[in-house]
Amino acid sequence: MAKSNEPIWWSLFSAGGVVAALLVPVHIFLTGIAWPLGILPGDFLEFSRIHMLFAHPLVRLYCFILISLPLFHWAHRFRFTLVDLGLKRIHTLIAVLCYGSAIAGTIAAGVILWS
Amino acid sequence: MANSTPDGTIRLEVFRYSPEKTEAPWYQTYEVPFRKDWVVLDALNYIKDQSDGSLTFRWSCRMGVCGSCGMMVNGIPKLSCAAFLRDYYPNPIRVEPLANFPVLRDLVFQLDSFIEKLKSVQPWIVRKQEKPVSEGEYLQSPAEHARYKDFSMCINCMLCYAACPVVGLEPEFLGPAAIALAQRYNFDSRDQGRSLRQEVVASHDGIWQCTFVGECSAVCPKHVDPAGAIQQAKVASTVDWFKEVLWPWGAAR
Amino acid sequence: MGSGTMKPYVRPMPATWWLQRGPYVFFMLRELTSVFVAAYLVLFLVMIDRLHQGPAAYQSFLEMLKSPLAIVFHVVALAFALFHTFTWFNLTPKALVIRTGEKRVPPAAIIAPNYLAWIVISVIIGWIVVKG
Repeated sequence: MAKSNEPIWWSLFSAGGVVAALLVPVHIFLTGIAWPLGILPGDFLEFSRIHMLFAHPLVRLYCFILISLPLFHWAHRFRFTLVDLGLKRIHTLIAVLCYGSAIAGTIAAGVILWS
Repeated sequence: MANSTPDGTIRLEVFRYSPEKTEAPWYQTYEVPFRKDWVVLDALNYIKDQSDGSLTFRWSCRMGVCGSCGMMVNGIPKLSCAAFLRDYYPNPIRVEPLANFPVLRDLVFQLDSFIEKLKSVQPWIVRKQEKPVSEGEYLQSPAEHARYKDFSMCINCMLCYAACPVVGLEPEFLGPAAIALAQRYNFDSRDQGRSLRQEVVASHDGIWQCTFVGECSAVCPKHVDPAGAIQQAKVASTVDWFKEVLWPWGAAR
Repeated sequence: MGSGTMKPYVRPMPATWWLQRGPYVFFMLRELTSVFVAAYLVLFLVMIDRLHQGPAAYQSFLEMLKSPLAIVFHVVALAFALFHTFTWFNLTPKALVIRTGEKRVPPAAIIAPNYLAWIVISVIIGWIVVKG
C-alpha cells in the first residue's frame, strides 16, 4: 500500500473551504439578495461601476481565486459524497468528472477574466 | 446483583442469529425487571441466567475499561455496561451486534478485520536504535506525555468502527481506532516509527477515505477523539507530501 | 478463533444509511453545502462574462437576478453557505492542535479569530462593492 497522492486534492479542498467560508456568504448576499431587493443603498451593481471595478488587476485575481478554489472544494467533497451515496462502482469516473469540472471551471474563469 | 427493588419491567428486542439453526437472523423479545441502577448488560445477564441460556454476548469488566461489550443500543453504538435502562424506560430497547462487522452468533461479531488493521499500523514503540538498558530509561516530560495521552486511552471497543459510515461503505478503510493508535505512537517522544506507519496511514485506504463525519469521536466512551487524530494526520501527511514534491533530495523523516 | 462451522452473517448497508440518524443527515447537508457554493460561483462567473459582453447582456443578467426564482435560489444558497462557514470554522480546532507545554490552546481560541476575520473581510468586501 503506497502513500497516496490524495494530498494534492485535499489541499485544494482545504484552501477552497477556507475561501468559501470567508468570502462566499457576503457575495451571495450582495448580488443575490441585497441588490435585487434593494436592501443596501444605490444601484451598486450598475454596469459602469462594476466595469470600472474589474479594470483593477487585483479584482480579477481576487475573483479568480474566489471562483477556482471553492470549485476544487466542491469537486473533492462531491466526489466522496457520490461514493457515500452508493456509486462506488464508478468511483474513478466520478473522480475524473469532478476534478475535471473544477479544472474546466478554473480555465473558463481564467479565460473570462483575462481576455 | 440487585440492591434496588424492581419497578416494573422493560422490554428488550434482541437480535438473534444461530447459524446452525437458520439462514436468517431474527429478533427475540424479552421482558426483564426494570431496576434504576441496571445497565443493558445486567438485563442481558438476567435473560441468560433466568430465561434463555442460549443468548450469546461478550462482556468482561462491566465497568467501561475492557472494551468487550460493544453493541448497538437503539441503533447507537454503546458499551452495554454503560447504557442505563433508566435512560430508555419505559420504551423498549433494541439490542443488536455492533454495526459494520459480520455477525457470528447473536450479539457476537467477527472482529478479525479490526485486529488486522490495528496490527498494520505497528502499535508499539518503534526505534531506529534500541537504547541498551545500561543507558537507563527513556525520559518523558508531562508536556511530551500530554501530546499523545488522549489517543492512548483507546480500549479497542470498536464503537467508532460501528459509528463510521465509511467503515460500512469501504471495508478496507483503516478506521478511526487504528489511525488514532498510530498517532498515539507517532506523537510519543520515545517513538521513531512514523515514516514506517505512513506507508499504511497515508495510503488511499488510510486517512484519505475519511470524510470527517465525526461520529467516531461522538460515540467514543474514552474521549479519544479519533476524528481529531485523523484530521491532524491529514494535515501532517499533506505537509510531508509537499515537502517530498518540492525538495525530494531532503532527508526522509 | 477458526472453526469450520462459522457462517458469519453480513448485514447489508442500505443506500439510505444517512437518513437513519440525525448526525448522518447533518453530515450529508454539510457536504451538500459545496454544491450550492459551486452553483453560486458558476452564476458569478456568468455575470462576469456578461459584463465583458457589454451593457445589454449584463443588464439582462441583472434582470434575471430580480426574478423570484433567483431570489429563492440565493436565499437557499446563502443558508447553505453560512452552514458551511459555521461548520468549517467550528471544526478547525480538530485539525489544528496548538500546545503550550502540557496545556492545549482551548478550541474557542482557535475558532474565534476565524469568525472575526470573516466579519471583518465581509464588511470590507461589502464596502468595496457598495461604496468603493
